[in-house]
Amino acid sequence: MIEVENLTKKYGSARGIDDVTFTVEKGEVLGFLGPNGAGKTTTMRILTCFIPATSGKARVAGYDVFEDALDVRKRIGYLPESVPLYTDMLVPVYLEFVAGLKGVDRRDIKNRVAKIMDDCGLNAVSKKYIGELSKGYRQRTGLAQALINDPEVLILDEPTIGLDPKQIIDIRGLIKNLGGRRTVILSTHILPEVSMTCQRVIIINEGRLVAVDTPQNLTYQLQRSQQILIRVKGPEKEIISELSKINGVSRITAKENGVNGINAYLVELKKDMDVGNDIPPVIVRKNWSLYEMRPVGMSLEDIFIKLVTEERIH
Amino acid sequence: MRNFFLIFLKEFRTYFNSSIAFVVITIFLVLSGYFFYNIFATFSTLSFQAMTNPLVAQQFKELSITEMVVRPFFGNLSVFMLIMLPMLTMRIFSEEKKSGTIELLLTYPVRDSEVILGKFAGCLGIFTVMLILTLPCFALVLVFGEPEMGVIVSGYFGLFLMGTAFISLGVFASSLTENQIVAAVVSFGFLLIFFMMGFSAGFASERIGNILKHLSFMPHLSNFAKGVIDTEDVVYYLLFIFFCIFLNMRSLESKRWRG
Ligand SMILES: Nc1ncnc2c1ncn2[C@@H]1O[C@H](COP(=O)(O)OP(=O)(O)OP(=O)(O)O)[C@@H](O)[C@H]1O
Ligand SMILES: [Mg+2]
Repeated sequence: MIEVENLTKKYGSARGIDDVTFTVEKGEVLGFLGPNGAGKTTTMRILTCFIPATSGKARVAGYDVFEDALDVRKRIGYLPESVPLYTDMLVPVYLEFVAGLKGVDRRDIKNRVAKIMDDCGLNAVSKKYIGELSKGYRQRTGLAQALINDPEVLILDEPTIGLDPKQIIDIRGLIKNLGGRRTVILSTHILPEVSMTCQRVIIINEGRLVAVDTPQNLTYQLQRSQQILIRVKGPEKEIISELSKINGVSRITAKENGVNGINAYLVELKKDMDVGNDIPPVIVRKNWSLYEMRPVGMSLEDIFIKLVTEERIH
Repeated sequence: MRNFFLIFLKEFRTYFNSSIAFVVITIFLVLSGYFFYNIFATFSTLSFQAMTNPLVAQQFKELSITEMVVRPFFGNLSVFMLIMLPMLTMRIFSEEKKSGTIELLLTYPVRDSEVILGKFAGCLGIFTVMLILTLPCFALVLVFGEPEMGVIVSGYFGLFLMGTAFISLGVFASSLTENQIVAAVVSFGFLLIFFMMGFSAGFASERIGNILKHLSFMPHLSNFAKGVIDTEDVVYYLLFIFFCIFLNMRSLESKRWRG
């Protein structure tokens, strides 16, 4: 549905994005992750034909974004980062205007607008000017204008910023439901959002692609060793020295001191070793008390930090 | 065509929603009404004196209402247009660039030409309302005198062409910058230069003077105000308008090339 090949954008001599290549299948929800200034917005602006690339190719729904811009623009819904809207228009009037420009049939416009206002929870502000809306409602209006012509491809630049928690869940649900029928690219800084809504993730840093994969695969690949967190009541030094003797434990560190002398320890294991059965007997034998024991997975945050600081996958 | 109409309608409405239209039209009408009153009062005083005093009558061989009211009034209107129209056009692209709404507008399936012409037509709509609202002045002239209808019609036609030219330059200037003040100053400056260029014809060599006269707005308008619709004058304004729209297309494109 979306094919991007060696896409490069330079702002004068400054870097925008550099040699970015990826594809998005029909019906897929793709997350775009990256720190500030990574080039997410730049990529999206090229895909929506707002700015041209310096070099490289990009095709959306089979149309080249440079040569068949009009065909591409017919098929996309775009929500820019800053949610720019006409402040002096009433919400429904604005949506009718956009529906008209996006080629919605004249007789369907009223129905479409009513439906989309329902979907995006805009009925409460149907008599307000956009300039009077709160940030969250502006965001919803922005989303509504992107969805109004039922586009094949949705490009959303940080769609859940400024929404309340309930609305975030609603919008995520909406986006998730869109997938399957529609292709969605969304950028975000909120990492759990990606694992919740996206089938695939692209991590971009300083204009370059760092990783493209499913959230699960990324988590899996990056775990060089497994870790177990335990909470034990007992003398700290002795606990560390005893547990280190277990075969398969590579390192053990005291994490934090809890109340009532219950301290947390992080046990790092050697690759492919399972010591889950060996830890409790030691503790019982020594007459310490075990309060908690659980595996620690690497969160997407860790991966993200790791990737953008190391810039390669091990 | 549909997109053009939608954009036109939206811009036309925006001028009223944001009360720009009311302010610009009101001030324009107050100015023209005041100047019309002065011209008309002077003329009626003179006519009255001429009636009672043969000496005055001799001095003004022809006391024509066309000559002394209609034509100077057209001149006044053109000056007010010069001042007011840049205020009308300055926001048309600059505002969208500043607020970022142009990013959405240009990613909708609309052609650049539809955007430009739609916005252009929106300004033109307001300007047409302005012109129509000056008609009562001429109704007054019709009640109290017998002006040449041909002069009024061709004068309005000339004013309309001239205003359209002003707007095309103003819209172009607005597409160059995201700062509305800059847009207004640039369009006002250039309009003034084109307006007055003819004045310096006297100091220049004959050939250059001729060129200056032909490029200037004023000489072209004065033909219309005399009741003469000359193809050369019409072509002049049309060329000016087309050239500005052409430059506008370029500037919208190049905006995207720079990113
Ligand atoms: N109009 C512009 N002119 C010059 N440089 C620009 C322009 N727009 C973006 N850049 C530069 O391009 C790079 C990528 O910017 P971009 O806006 O794509 O980042 P981003 O990933 O969207 O960041 P954020 O998370 O902060 O939104 C940045 O270094 C930025 O300074
Ligand atoms: Mg961004």
